[in-house]
Order: sequence, then structure tokens, then C-alpha cells
Amino acid sequence: MTEIRALIVDDSSVMRKIVERALRQAGIDLKVVHEAGSGTEGLDLLRTRQVDLILSDINMPSMDGLEFLRQIRAQELAPGVPVVMITTESSEEHVKQAILAGAQGYIRKPFTAEQVKERVLPLLDAA
Amino acid sequence: MLLNGVRNAAIARKQGGGINGMEQTMAVSLRESVQLVSDPRNLDASVEEVFQLMLGVACNRDPGPVLLEAESVTAVVGFGGLLSGACVFRSGSSTAIKIAALMTGMEFDEVDDTVKDAIGEVGNMLAGAWKGKVPDLAANCGLSVPAVITGRDYNLHVQAPEFQLHHVYRFGEASFEVTIVCDGLQ
Repeated sequence: MTEIRALIVDDSSVMRKIVERALRQAGIDLKVVHEAGSGTEGLDLLRTRQVDLILSDINMPSMDGLEFLRQIRAQELAPGVPVVMITTESSEEHVKQAILAGAQGYIRKPFTAEQVKERVLPLLDAA
Repeated sequence: MLLNGVRNAAIARKQGGGINGMEQTMAVSLRESVQLVSDPRNLDASVEEVFQLMLGVACNRDPGPVLLEAESVTAVVGFGGLLSGACVFRSGSSTAIKIAALMTGMEFDEVDDTVKDAIGEVGNMLAGAWKGKVPDLAANCGLSVPAVITGRDYNLHVQAPEFQLHHVYRFGEASFEVTIVCDGLQ
């Protein structure tokens, strides 16, 4: 697998580090990890940086993860880049909303590195 | 006052764009399933799940009181929608530091911003895991972002809740308490 440039969006810096650690434990070779504390910051980052994978929380102040996802698609930022939502929200309705907004994957917190591997690796292989 | 604030934030989040398109499900009522919603085993299972998966420790309910410390750390996550109320995590400072260390692999000497962030996320995951145990609740109840309080000599007080769960848990020598307060159920 080639080196991956990832963007992790979460208002918790601790969760961003945990997600990064889980990606590394999943065997993903991370070339660079960009971090954003909100959807707004994530959009700003995507205007100037290229990434291969986006992981985003949903419940965030300022701009939540679903709106972030809609804006990525509407502004045609990061075309073809897989987006995986990582969130405490777990109902089928939330998953449906995320998929409709353009997410390719959904991981519920709390999670294991194995779950991250199962959800993320196939998306990177297909990209 | 804080509890009202986080609950209102959760209600606003539930009604706002974050999980919009779900209002049609509001015809669902939790009134008839109050026993399922207030089942204490759901809280125990949620705590065990979060601590096992995110901290790698076995955490069990403790019949005794929480170990008192002068300084404590509290995370409050509000519920809004069919159920209004809050999930409240509270521990002494040393337990909060231990939890943050297990989550991050870092060492801490005091309750700094990273420790507060970690405890807020624990509260967030506990609230999400707890409401996820009841499908109607998972789909029709929003969460606020966590509020974290640190200090000494403060108490949580809610007037006449619909129901309240208050459990103490222990891992190793550390203990903490989790409270679910429901002050409105539709």
C-alpha cells in the first residue's frame, strides 16, 4: 500500500490522536496526518492540501461532520477521496444521513483498531 | 444551570442541521418503554464497553461509594429530543489523570487541557453508548458537545427527575461515578 495522507476532523485533540494511532495499528502507512478541530477548519485545510483519506466526527461545534461532508461534495473538494465518519451516534438514521451526505464508511465510538482496519482498508484499496 | 445549558444545546443540535431529516420519527414515544430506557444494565454495559475498547481495562460496578478526592473532574453531555437530561461522569483528579494516560499513552502531572478533553470524550462515548442500547432512543435523541468542570466542593442537583441512574464503577484502585438524569421523556 502506498503512503497515505490523512485528514482527521474531530473537536477533541485526544480523539484525533486515538484515531491516528488506530490507523497506524491497522497497518496503514501514514505519510502525513492533518488535523482539524471542526468542519470549517477541515474545509480550509482541503483547499490547500491534498489528502487520500478523510475521517470525521459528526458532533462538533461550529460546523458538524455532516455539514462538513456536504460542503466537501458541494465545493468539489477532495474528489474521489473516501470519507469515513467516526462518531458516537449509531442509529440507522444517522448512518443513512451520513451515506446520503457522501460518506463511504461509518465507525461507531468506542472502536477498536481492528474495526478501523475492516472499514478503512477496503476503501483505500478501492480508491 | 449548566445542566440546562448542555441539555438545551442537545435539543438545538437535535433540531438543527446535524441530524436533520429525522423529525418525521418524532411520532415515536418512549413513554411506553421507560422501563427499557431506565434499565440499569444498559449503563453498566455501556461503561464496560467504553473502558474495555478505549482504555483496555476491565471496569466493574462497585457497590461502595466513589473514592473521594479534594479535586474532581466532571463531564456533562446533554440529551435532547424524545429524552431530555444528561449523562454525567465524575471522578477524582487522580482517576481522571489515569484515564487520560490510558487513552493517550501519555503521562500527566495535573489535570490539564488534554486530561479535560479525554474526560469529555469519555462522557461523550458513555452518553452515545447508553442511548445506543435502545434503538428508538438512539434515533430520536441528540447529544450536546461535552462540558467539563473541574474544581472542589460542588454538587450536581436536579429537581424531580423522571428517573435517575447513579452508579459507581471501579478499575484497579481507581473509581468514578456515572449518573444518567432524565428530566423529560416524550
